[in-house]
Amino acid sequence: MSDMQRRQVVGRGLPLPGNDIDTDRIIPARFLKEVTFESMGEHVFEDARKQDPEHPFNQEAYQGASVLVVGQNFGCGSSREHAPQALMRWGIRAIVGGSFAEIFFGNCVALGIPCLAADPADVAWLQQAIGRAPRELVTVDVEKQEVRFRDRVIRATIPDGPRNQLVTGTWDSTAVLLEAGAAIEATARRLPYVAGY
Amino acid sequence: MARTLLDKVWEAHTVRTLPSGQTQLLIGLHLIHEVTTPQAFQMLKELGLKVRMPDRTFGTLDHIVPTTDQRRPFADPLAEEMAAHMIRNSREFGLPLFDMASGRQGIVHVIGPELGLSQPGMTIACGDSHTSTHGALGAIAFGIGTSQVRDVLATQCLAMTKPRLRQVRVEGALAPGVYAKDVILTIINVLGVKGGVGYAYEYAGPVIERMSMEERLTVCNMSIEGGARFGYVNPDATTFEYLRGRPYAPAGEAFDRAVAWWTSMATEPGARFDDVARIDGSTIEPVVTWGINPGMSIGISQRIPAPESAPEPERPTYREALAHMGFEPGQPIKGTKIDVAFVGSCTNGRLSDLRAAAEVARRGKVARHVRALIVPGSQQVARAAEAEGLHEVFQEAGFQWRKAGCSMCLGMNDDKLQGREMSASSSNRNFIGRQGSPTGRTLLMSPAMVAAAAITGAVADVREILR
Ligand code: SF4
Repeated sequence: MSDMQRRQVVGRGLPLPGNDIDTDRIIPARFLKEVTFESMGEHVFEDARKQDPEHPFNQEAYQGASVLVVGQNFGCGSSREHAPQALMRWGIRAIVGGSFAEIFFGNCVALGIPCLAADPADVAWLQQAIGRAPRELVTVDVEKQEVRFRDRVIRATIPDGPRNQLVTGTWDSTAVLLEAGAAIEATARRLPYVAGY
Repeated sequence: MARTLLDKVWEAHTVRTLPSGQTQLLIGLHLIHEVTTPQAFQMLKELGLKVRMPDRTFGTLDHIVPTTDQRRPFADPLAEEMAAHMIRNSREFGLPLFDMASGRQGIVHVIGPELGLSQPGMTIACGDSHTSTHGALGAIAFGIGTSQVRDVLATQCLAMTKPRLRQVRVEGALAPGVYAKDVILTIINVLGVKGGVGYAYEYAGPVIERMSMEERLTVCNMSIEGGARFGYVNPDATTFEYLRGRPYAPAGEAFDRAVAWWTSMATEPGARFDDVARIDGSTIEPVVTWGINPGMSIGISQRIPAPESAPEPERPTYREALAHMGFEPGQPIKGTKIDVAFVGSCTNGRLSDLRAAAEVARRGKVARHVRALIVPGSQQVARAAEAEGLHEVFQEAGFQWRKAGCSMCLGMNDDKLQGREMSASSSNRNFIGRQGSPTGRTLLMSPAMVAAAAITGAVADVREILR
């Protein structure tokens, strides 16, 4: 498997309950005053963690986890890539959830982080099961579109396009887009607002 | 078969189909700001790449700029560093930048339309989720992350999946005292904050058609709050008149040729949509959010709902919202005491918004316990408002007249809530912590309603003040 391929991610789980968790919550705006992403991992969920010592990201049992398990519409709001960057730098390598906001999902693909959507009941089960056995490994199988934990297999989907990109290791979009070569300029020249009205 | 604007714009900008099945889409206009781009420029340098079409990217400074003293260097060293980075990168890569000295600086989604950069039939991208704003001109405009900013800089393209299309029709007519903000908050409430995921919204119907361009900008701005990555209004006479004479709009005969092309890009009669939603505009009253996402809103005459009134999966969010806001179910929203009033942002920081707020400000004085800020969306908006004397109206009423920027919409500069302060805000997000204090509370509403709350000292019905 090349460095880039994301056929599957295996790691300990971290259940984060709640729906509509927005990117302001994942990384509050005041930590965006940086010209690099380097320090983002330190501030992941900072405000929520300060207010709640029991926040999952604070709990000893989940330190070192790499599979985040979330509710519905995760990552809504601001387009800031600082959010998946913060999660990634904290150690998250894959996310399983009820559903994902679109820009967040795309930002994750651009970083090679697969986001798989599962039935809410399965997500709830997975969150509880991880809570009971936080040291057990979760397998996020991107290729087969399933998540395996202990003796159970959950169906978890990801659209074909991003799945192909992750599985084949072609999620570095710049390289892929550059391959179009002169077709880019040719397309531009056909547009009246580029060519001149 | 009759085609939609989305079909036509998508096709015109398709470079090729990618091996992943996605479309390689050409981006006709790329807008950038200081917060989401420095890392993209760094990646570009590491790859040894240049900007592919440097005349199609325009930058500004908006998120981190102070709104009191805007002279450089900025007092906040972190803000100054970000500004300096933006200026250096723009220079190094040969990109135009509307900086503080340009006279055209402002919130990226305010200046794009006002300079005539954003036009019908374009694809527009910016590292900012409210790029959906520019859809008001009949463009396909959406927010992107920093890695995608790198993609646009390097290739002028993005890998995209074409969304499904939902037409959102607002029928009837709006009552006096009801504004574009109330319309979009109602749409988000009805269709849900995730109702638009996987969709683009085409806003249509008599209420939308009668709206001015600035009102349409307000509506399209918040498409993303309903989960739709972009939303648009078909270009019409209102659009063309708005663009005529703007600095970057075509002029003379070219303008007429442009109008012909713009017209040809609009959705054709009989075109099919994946879904159609209808909202009766005549039943909308001034809207206020009571919770922690923009879908949690009620009419000014209504009471805060109980978690039990929501579908089961929503109830935990309702409980969290009530706890954060300190509200009880059944409590009226009207009369909620506020500490801060904020008029501004890319949603409601344009001249017509300031006029609507000034109209209310003329009828009273800011309550003594309220800190009230008016932050124009751009330097041009500020000048136009000052030419009309609006700044004096505000100052006489006790509002602070500030300089252009994002300001308290996200609290990246000094304009922040303190502690649990309750804010009446014309911005677009009431997420926990959004306005700069982790425990701060936000009530979203129209600029006129913010002004009404400021002079009343509590959430009020602007219709009673204007009567
Ligand atoms: S005004 Fe607010 S929403 Fe708009 S671009 Fe600035 S920070 Fe974003």
